[in-house]
Amino acid sequence: MSTTANDHGHDPNRPKHLAHHFETLGQQFDSGKLGIWVFLLTEVLFFSALFVAYTMYRSNYPEVFQYASQFLDTKMGAINTVVLLLSSFTFAWAVRNAMLGEKRKLMLNLLVTLVCAGGFMGIKYVEYSHKFHDGTLWGGNASTIFKADPAEIPAEIKEVSEAWNNPEGKFSVAVRDLDPAFRQKVGVFFGVYFCLTGLHGIHVMLGMILIIWLMMRTKRGDFGPTNFNAIDFGALYWHLVDLIWIFLFPLLYLIT
Amino acid sequence: MSDHTHDSGEEHIGHVLPLSLLVKVFGGLVLLTALTVFTGTMNLHGWDLPVAMVIATSKASLVCLFFMHLKYDKPFNGMIFLLSVLFVGLFLAFVGYDAGQYQDDIKAYTIEHIGGE
Repeated sequence: MSTTANDHGHDPNRPKHLAHHFETLGQQFDSGKLGIWVFLLTEVLFFSALFVAYTMYRSNYPEVFQYASQFLDTKMGAINTVVLLLSSFTFAWAVRNAMLGEKRKLMLNLLVTLVCAGGFMGIKYVEYSHKFHDGTLWGGNASTIFKADPAEIPAEIKEVSEAWNNPEGKFSVAVRDLDPAFRQKVGVFFGVYFCLTGLHGIHVMLGMILIIWLMMRTKRGDFGPTNFNAIDFGALYWHLVDLIWIFLFPLLYLIT
Repeated sequence: MSDHTHDSGEEHIGHVLPLSLLVKVFGGLVLLTALTVFTGTMNLHGWDLPVAMVIATSKASLVCLFFMHLKYDKPFNGMIFLLSVLFVGLFLAFVGYDAGQYQDDIKAYTIEHIGGE
C-alpha cells in the first residue's frame, strides 16, 4: 500500500469522501457493499418467517387459499408489480447516472423512482380500504361478510355456506354462516395477506424516505464517479423490496 | 487496490451497465409479469404453483444478476445471497417436517372442538 494513504487527513490528493479507516475508495466501496449484502440476507430471513407461515397454511388448507384469494384484485396487483418493476429500472438507471456523474439525470431518475413508490402505496391504499370496507380482514370474526361472483366460488365452498342474492346480483356469503372451522381459516389467509403486504409496504415507505435522503444529497452535489456508494447501496435495498413483491404477487393474487 | 496509485480518486470502482441492457431487462420483467398473469388465469391442473414459481424465480434472477449487479460483482456477495436462499429452504424444510408431525392431531382437535373439517 502507498504510504500516503496512511497519512490521515494530510494528503492533499485524498478524496474527502474516503473515510479515514479505508485505504482506497475501492476498499471502501467493497466493504460497504459486503455490509449491504449481509443486511439483505437478514431481510430475506426476516420475510422468510411469513413465507414459511404462508407455505404451511396453504399446504394444509389449499381450498381456503383458493377461496379467499378471489377477494384480491389481480388487476391492481399486476399494475403494482409493473409500477415496482419500473421503479427498480429507474433506480438501476440512477446508479448508472451516478457512476457517470450525470447529476440532472440522476435527480430525475430518483424522482421517478419516488413517484412510482408513491403510486405503489396509493394502489395499496385503495386495495386495503376496499378490504376494510368489505370486511375481508384477519381473524375471521363473525361480522365479516365476504362477497364473490357465484361462478368463482368453488363447489365445495357452496356446500358449506349459506348463500343468498343481494340487490347487485352478487352472490354473498355471510361468514357467520360459513362452517366455523372454515371461517377461522379464511381469516388466517387475510392475516397472512395483511402481514406480508403490510411488512412489504413498510419497506416501501422506508425506501421512499431513503430516496428523499438520496435526492437531498444529490442536490448538494455529493455524488460523482468516485462517490456513488449511497446510491448503489440504496438501489440494492430497493431491488430487494422489488424481489419480495415478485414472489408475493403470484403467491397471493394468482391462486387458481 | 493498486499500490501505484497515489491519488485514490483516480481508481475505477463499480461497474457501469449499458442503458440498453437495463431497458432489455426491464422489458423482460414486464413480459414475464404478463406471462404469469396469463398462466394464472388458466387451469394448469396442479401445475399452477410450480409454473408461477418458475416465472417468479426467473424474474428474481434477472433483477439479481443485472439490476443488483451480481453478474459483475465479487462472487462473495452472490454467495451471501444464495446462502440466504439456502437458509430459507432449511427453515421451510424443518417447519414442514415439524408441522407434518402434529397436523393430524390439530385436525382431530378442530373437528372435535370447533366442528367441520
